[in-house]
Amino acid sequence: MAPDSDAPITFYRLQACPFCERVTRTLDACGLEYRSRFVEPMHSDRNVVKRVSGKRSVPAIVDPRTGVTMSESANIVDYLERTYGESAAISGRREDESAATDGPHDAGTGGGD
Amino acid sequence: MPDFDVVSLPETDHVEEGDHAPDFERPLVNGEYWEDARLSAVADGRLLLVCHPMDGAFPATYMWNEIRDRGWTDAIEVVGLSISTPYEHKRFIDDRGIDAPLFSDPANGVAEEYGIVNDLDGMAEIEEPRPAIFLLEDDLTVEYAWVASEWPEFPDYDEVDARL
Repeated sequence: MAPDSDAPITFYRLQACPFCERVTRTLDACGLEYRSRFVEPMHSDRNVVKRVSGKRSVPAIVDPRTGVTMSESANIVDYLERTYGESAAISGRREDESAATDGPHDAGTGGGD
Repeated sequence: MPDFDVVSLPETDHVEEGDHAPDFERPLVNGEYWEDARLSAVADGRLLLVCHPMDGAFPATYMWNEIRDRGWTDAIEVVGLSISTPYEHKRFIDDRGIDAPLFSDPANGVAEEYGIVNDLDGMAEIEEPRPAIFLLEDDLTVEYAWVASEWPEFPDYDEVDARL
C-alpha cells in the first residue's frame, strides 16, 4: 500500500490486554490518531489479524503513513517512539531498552500476547 | 393469530419518513472485529437500519433469518442495532450467518434519539429499541420507517422489499 500521510494508525487490540494497553499509552503519549479494532480472546477467532500481520497475536498495528505493519508490544512501542516520540524529534537518539517482551510465550495467560 | 389482544406499545414520537435520521457513533461489529463507526460513514448510498431486540430473543433471530432469506444484504447496505455487547453480536453473526454488521448500544441512547425505546417489563432497568426498520438515503433522510406498535410485532417485509 502506498503511504498515506493522513490516515490514522489501525490498532488491533484485545480488551484488557496489558500489552495492548501499553501500546495505547504510547500512541497517546506520541499524540497519534488511531482507530481501534477489537478482536476476541480466542486466537482461532483472529483471522483478520493473521491476514494483516501474518500472526494472530495482538497488539498489532498498521501504520499507513509509513506502510509498516507490526506485532508485539515491545517492537511497537520502540517503533512508535523512534518514529513519532520526542526522541525522534530531537536527534533520532535511541535507547535500546530491553523491555519485557511479550509475544507467544505469554499465550495462555489470558492477557493476550 | 392468538385470540387475545397482543400487548400494545405506547404511542411514541419516533423518527418518520422525510425526517433526517440522527447520526450516531457506536462500536460496529462484523464477523471478525469491532470498531467505532458513524452511521453516516457507513451509508455509502441507501442504507437499511434494522433495530432489533437483544441478540438471543426470538424476534431478533426471526428478523435476521427473514432478512437473510430475502437476500436484502445483497440488494442494499444493511446494518443492525441492538443493546447487545460486541461479544454477543459476534456470536450472533456467526450463529445465524448474518451478512451485515451490527451496532452495539448497551446504553440504548440511539433508541432514545430515534424515539423507539422499549422499556422491558420484568427486566429491571433494561430498555432496548423496539423492532424498527429505517430505509435511509445516503444523507440519512428517511425514505421509509416502520416501528413496532405491538409487542411483539414484525416488519412488513413485503413492503420493505417493494421499496428496495
